Amino acid sequence: MAERLLDVKDLKVRFATEDGIVHAVDGVNFTLDRGEVLGIVGESGSGKSVTAMTILGLTRGTNTQYEGEILYKGEDLIRQSEGRLRSVRGAQIAMIFQDPMTSLNPVYKVGDQICEAIRAHDDVSGRTARGRAVELLQQVGIPNPRQRVDDYPHQFSGGMRQRAMIAMALSCNPDILIADEPTTALDVTIQAQILELIDKLKDDFDSAVIMITHDLGVVAEVADQILVMYAGRVVEHGGKRDVFYDPQHPYTWGLLGSIPRLDRPKPKRLHSIQGSPASLINLPQGCKFRPRCPHAFEKCHEEPGLENRIEQKGHLDRCWLTVEEKKRLRVTTLAGEAVGAA
Amino acid sequence: MSADPQQNGDGALVEIQSLKKYFPIRKGVLQREVERVHAVDDVTLSVAQGETVGLVGESGCGKSTLGRCVVRLLTPTEGDIVFQGTSIGRLGPRALRPLRREMQMVFQDPYASLNPRKRVGSIVGDPLKIHGIGNSKERKTQVEELLETVGLSPEHYNRFPHEFSGGQRQRIGVARALALRPKLIVADEPVSALDVSIQAQMINLLESLQDDFGLTYIFIAHDLGVVRHVSDRIAVMYLGKLVELSPAEELYSRPIMPYTEALLSAVPIPDPDLSEKRERIVLEGDVPSPIHPPSGCRFHPRCRYATDICQQVEPPLTDYGNGHLAACHHPLNVDKATLERVTASERHTPDSADESALPEDPSKTESHPIPEKG
Repeated sequence: MAERLLDVKDLKVRFATEDGIVHAVDGVNFTLDRGEVLGIVGESGSGKSVTAMTILGLTRGTNTQYEGEILYKGEDLIRQSEGRLRSVRGAQIAMIFQDPMTSLNPVYKVGDQICEAIRAHDDVSGRTARGRAVELLQQVGIPNPRQRVDDYPHQFSGGMRQRAMIAMALSCNPDILIADEPTTALDVTIQAQILELIDKLKDDFDSAVIMITHDLGVVAEVADQILVMYAGRVVEHGGKRDVFYDPQHPYTWGLLGSIPRLDRPKPKRLHSIQGSPASLINLPQGCKFRPRCPHAFEKCHEEPGLENRIEQKGHLDRCWLTVEEKKRLRVTTLAGEAVGAA
Repeated sequence: MSADPQQNGDGALVEIQSLKKYFPIRKGVLQREVERVHAVDDVTLSVAQGETVGLVGESGCGKSTLGRCVVRLLTPTEGDIVFQGTSIGRLGPRALRPLRREMQMVFQDPYASLNPRKRVGSIVGDPLKIHGIGNSKERKTQVEELLETVGLSPEHYNRFPHEFSGGQRQRIGVARALALRPKLIVADEPVSALDVSIQAQMINLLESLQDDFGLTYIFIAHDLGVVRHVSDRIAVMYLGKLVELSPAEELYSRPIMPYTEALLSAVPIPDPDLSEKRERIVLEGDVPSPIHPPSGCRFHPRCRYATDICQQVEPPLTDYGNGHLAACHHPLNVDKATLERVTASERHTPDSADESALPEDPSKTESHPIPEKG
């Protein structure tokens, strides 16, 4: 058994705003073992980034309320002091952000920024840190690292900046790497390079990865287990193959069906999920997906729990439909064919 | 979607003729031009009435610049654009005004492309006002109809953009583009800022509008799945050059240019088994600078089939039959007969046929970057 790194138990995050209380994350559970890749999928506002940022304590503030536990090797991160978190952040759990253009400081050299991260956690000389920065840049595939270490971020292309960010995240050999939409701002060809890199480095550094993305294609490539989120909740959770080949929740079907796919004949019209994502301030009663769900019925006014409803163990979902109904109803949606309106 | 892709030429709505757009880089006190960014470099393409042409390529390949030149938001450096038989490449702002009614643009970012201080009614209605259509009452009715057409409600007339979600804002952008009943819409990444579920709604809307209003689209996007879904024909650009032009389905089953092959293989497929099975061609490095583009074939530094000739001679855009054009010295997926025919024609450089790189039996060497299911 691989070492259990992270155990998130019934995590709830609420923000008090002028308009009311935003239920950003509402009861999320998952575990992460060493060497594993967890993919979190969902649309904007589904709470996937807030979950990740809360693990690192980046959502702390006077207007934030937490419930539940985030156990990192048995230690509850939510209740740790800011000082303790600072030593975890970057050293044991590191994060790569979406936008490589804005997450590097433009007025410092790339190498200096990496050195800063190293020296924040390890008591080493500037020279050693610099040597390590060069080595890291080499590992993430930057050509001529010895020269490029003295470049400013604007001298790097988008893909190279993301590589530099990854180098920085890996500088202290973290246990967990959180990648929040690491390839969304990049071209497909560069995306392919970065995904390959993350996959390789995960093994080299023996880390676990949390990959947050809205792109199911990316998840299909890298993840071991998948968490599908909607309106702050996990609506489906299972192994990669289970979620892709035996999806249980109508939202997952919709997501899978609405992508124009290259590997299939072109449908006449694309399937689309009706309406827009639920407001996190006035959540609908019962199942949160009910207002947009074409299969909603009476019972959906009561919220279903995240349970294992099928034979496959560890594959959980939040939907009242019976297994037979699901099998029957999902066929057209999954084929990507539109049923009815736009 | 309705037009026969073969029918270009006579029925062309827009003809882009050897279009070049260079942006000068100026330096010093005198602001002398020291260098040029070769954003679009000699692109020829015609778009038939009612057709959708997809423009794809990585960022910096010139696809947006090309789109902006077509609607004349930019003036081409060289070459011309012929719209409905009239040359518009050199027209001044005044002469262009009546033509603005015929072509409109939908922009990528629904947050930046709507004026936050104006109400939806005036955002959508201003094009009508500027072109002096109807009195204010008629215009209001027309705007309300337009809002309904794009799936919003007429009550939204007096609202401000910030009251809408991203997908709804993009619908406002579409309503504005539709207001003057244009013939051509250039859509620059119209869905890339939207969530997947909203993206599908938007694509369906654009498709049904095309049927209802007989629109012609130039659809610029980097998402190859989206482009395949909407387009009749697809043009692949690389560093300012048109490198492949093909009927949509054929491009995916039979890419000729190695760049297209690599681009297709890089698209992640939402199917774990398929994505494990297929061969991934990971391109090394980044797109070179368009200020000093590589010699010969611009793709040669990243191409896995490149030979000496690719460095020296720029491959011409060659017709491989069935409306499938590509610019490559080492074409993929081309059978011997076609290759001989093409090599015999004048435009092709004869010595470019490097025997060792030729696919001999198309069935054996045919490349399918997207594997079949099963």
